Amino acid sequence: MDVQTPSLRPPLHRVSRTAIRYWTVRASLGWLIVIGAQIAWMVLADGDHRAVRIPALAVTAVFAAAHLIVMPQWRYRVHRWETTPEAVYTLSGWFKQEWRIAPVSRIQTVDSERGPLEQLFGLANVTVTTASAAGPLKISGLDRGTADRIVHELTASAQATAGDAT
Amino acid sequence: MNGPADLPPGDVPADVPPADASPTGTSGGTSPGATSGGASPADEWRRLNSRMLFVHPFQVAVRAVPALLGLLVAGSSRGGSGHLWSLGGLVVMIVLGTLQWFTTTFRITDEHVQVRKGLFRRQVMTVPRDRVRTVDVTSHILHRVLGLARVEIGTGRSDQKGGGALKLDALGTAEAAHLREELLHRQLAPNSPTGAAAPGADPSGAGGDAAGAGDGWVGAGGGAGGTLPVPVPLPGSGPITGVRPVAAVRPVTAAFAPEQETELARLQPRWIRYAPFTLSGIVAVGVIAGFLSRLTNEGGVDLRKIAALREGWEWFTRVPVWTGVAAAVLALVVFVAVASTFGYILSFWGFRLTRHTGGTLHVTRGLITTRATTIEERRLRGVEVSEPLLLRAVRGARLIAVTTGLRVGRGAQRGGSMLLPPAPVAEVEALAERVLTPGTPDGPDTRDTRDTRDTRDRPDTPDGTSPVVAPLVAHGATAMRRRFTRALGANALAVVALLALWEWAGLPEWTWITALGFIPFAALLAADRYRNLGHAMTTEYLVTRWGSLVRRRVVLECDGIIGWNVTRSFFQRRAGLATLTATTAAGRQGYRVSDVAMGEALGIAAAGIPGLLDPFLTVPGQHASEPEGSQ
Repeated sequence: MDVQTPSLRPPLHRVSRTAIRYWTVRASLGWLIVIGAQIAWMVLADGDHRAVRIPALAVTAVFAAAHLIVMPQWRYRVHRWETTPEAVYTLSGWFKQEWRIAPVSRIQTVDSERGPLEQLFGLANVTVTTASAAGPLKISGLDRGTADRIVHELTASAQATAGDAT
Repeated sequence: MNGPADLPPGDVPADVPPADASPTGTSGGTSPGATSGGASPADEWRRLNSRMLFVHPFQVAVRAVPALLGLLVAGSSRGGSGHLWSLGGLVVMIVLGTLQWFTTTFRITDEHVQVRKGLFRRQVMTVPRDRVRTVDVTSHILHRVLGLARVEIGTGRSDQKGGGALKLDALGTAEAAHLREELLHRQLAPNSPTGAAAPGADPSGAGGDAAGAGDGWVGAGGGAGGTLPVPVPLPGSGPITGVRPVAAVRPVTAAFAPEQETELARLQPRWIRYAPFTLSGIVAVGVIAGFLSRLTNEGGVDLRKIAALREGWEWFTRVPVWTGVAAAVLALVVFVAVASTFGYILSFWGFRLTRHTGGTLHVTRGLITTRATTIEERRLRGVEVSEPLLLRAVRGARLIAVTTGLRVGRGAQRGGSMLLPPAPVAEVEALAERVLTPGTPDGPDTRDTRDTRDTRDRPDTPDGTSPVVAPLVAHGATAMRRRFTRALGANALAVVALLALWEWAGLPEWTWITALGFIPFAALLAADRYRNLGHAMTTEYLVTRWGSLVRRRVVLECDGIIGWNVTRSFFQRRAGLATLTATTAAGRQGYRVSDVAMGEALGIAAAGIPGLLDPFLTVPGQHASEPEGSQ
């Protein structure tokens, strides 16, 4: 890209490294369901289309392996976040990249959430919402301490601003 | 664990259990002068108008007609008791509908509007009064005959289904008008010239019987002070409501001081010539087609037995196919045009847009179903000039408000943000400027404390053109190429797919030939889409325009922008473009500037919210404002 035009630098922080394992496990669960269904279908139905089904299963397995190897690493590299006293800043997506910036003064809620799987890995995600339905900023795969700190900081500084953030 | 932090003070979650319903509740007397002495009647839980007991069963029955028809057919085909089932279903639904009246209560305290409803699942919805953004008062025909109006209170809670709106279906028309006045104007009242009378404006102030309050409080209001600031007579109190004693409304309308409102626009009968180009009549075609198909399928009516239709069909089969097609198209066009005109008259007859010194814009319209929408002006974040292709061809346009609390095209709120029905584009632009220009600053400052740029008197750019008509910056050759790639690419894909289907699946030949024939139109569409794409940044407004089939130009107040999203797809990155979305609590929640050069996008973002982006830029460009306040 042209050096003369300004451009957005990536946010400073990456998410927790543990998130790579978490994403791998979560994605493999999804793939297990798909592969399991295929196997079940192959076993339960009589083996007339075996010539089609075995290659299909192989293709699925290859896709699954590729996804499981590439996706978590890539996502770890791409997903970034940063908070300053004035703004929250996130970057996500790899084919379609999305930068989201919201001023702290316009924050309405800061939610921290831990799903069952995230709890296993000691992770949490943070969702920052503004009054616009188009602009929630979601940071997933944070370690619990960081998530709590973000929630605490943002809540404190957002409460300090007057108005109703619309 | 959920750690929701509702940050803004005073934002009470919607499921907070209500305070005790006794009149001596906690909220009485916290705001001086809010109650006119003694126990606060406003804190009492009130019921909807008792005349709703007639309306509910009727509404339920009408809504249940398709279901009942289905039930009837299914029941009778099983043999025997189909009619009984249908009847039983109807009775159950009517009972449930009637129960709504008994289970729904509401109250307005000094701080909150609360609605309790539900039979099995009791709900209490609480909206802080300072979050009330819009009040929408609608009267359908049945409502009008009975002198009722449905009130919908819009809030800024965009994270909730339906925009967090509270519905009160229905109150007496006068009570509804009063409620609107109270909700949107009362907080300003103590400083306004007529403020002294406002405390007397407690709804249900007189007469303990809440059920009959529709008329009861009107008398009280008239007695409490002749200057009650209840300004606009509801359109519902027109001739149709002759059933009601009109005299009961008079004190209020007489008390209304005309200098309180200035008229910004009024329907000109000659605008009706734009009606056929709105194509709203297509809906009517759909409705009639649906009705006919249901009549034949479920009602068992044989259309061939109707002589006129049969003769028409015979003529249709006799004449050559092109004559037939031409006749059918002509008939359809005429019908749609006529239906659109009727639709326009029905929706917009008596349209008036007024500005109140209390800080609101007020829209009244409707011939049979009347609708009155009140928008808090400081929540008006901009306007949208929308031009559907046909309307644009005859130099017509519509004006839509971009405001918090009214989301565009959402259920019952649909159309609530209309500021001007289809009208000449010059009128639309002139009105847009009048709407964006704040009224004469004669009242108290109604603006946010955060709103520091109040010194403006006209929404001007430095060179004196208003953002409504300011020339736009085009997005350049790469953006144009993307328009063409998309339109032609999609068309080519369709042609290839149809060719394949024709080759292998026996699709008729004309399908892909037709698709091929569409390529010039796709090119025209792309060219028009590029021509319309543009943006401008004035000192206070972001202007963006896009679209071809419906061209929209949005003028959005920078102060209403609450964040930026920048998205870049793989192809956009290669082309050095980005799509910038200004997120906002108003209107469509986000307005996009598509396919703009990355540097330009960041320039817009920096100008829109100065200083926000500066810490995140790698090369501080010449577009960005001076990086003060950033680390």
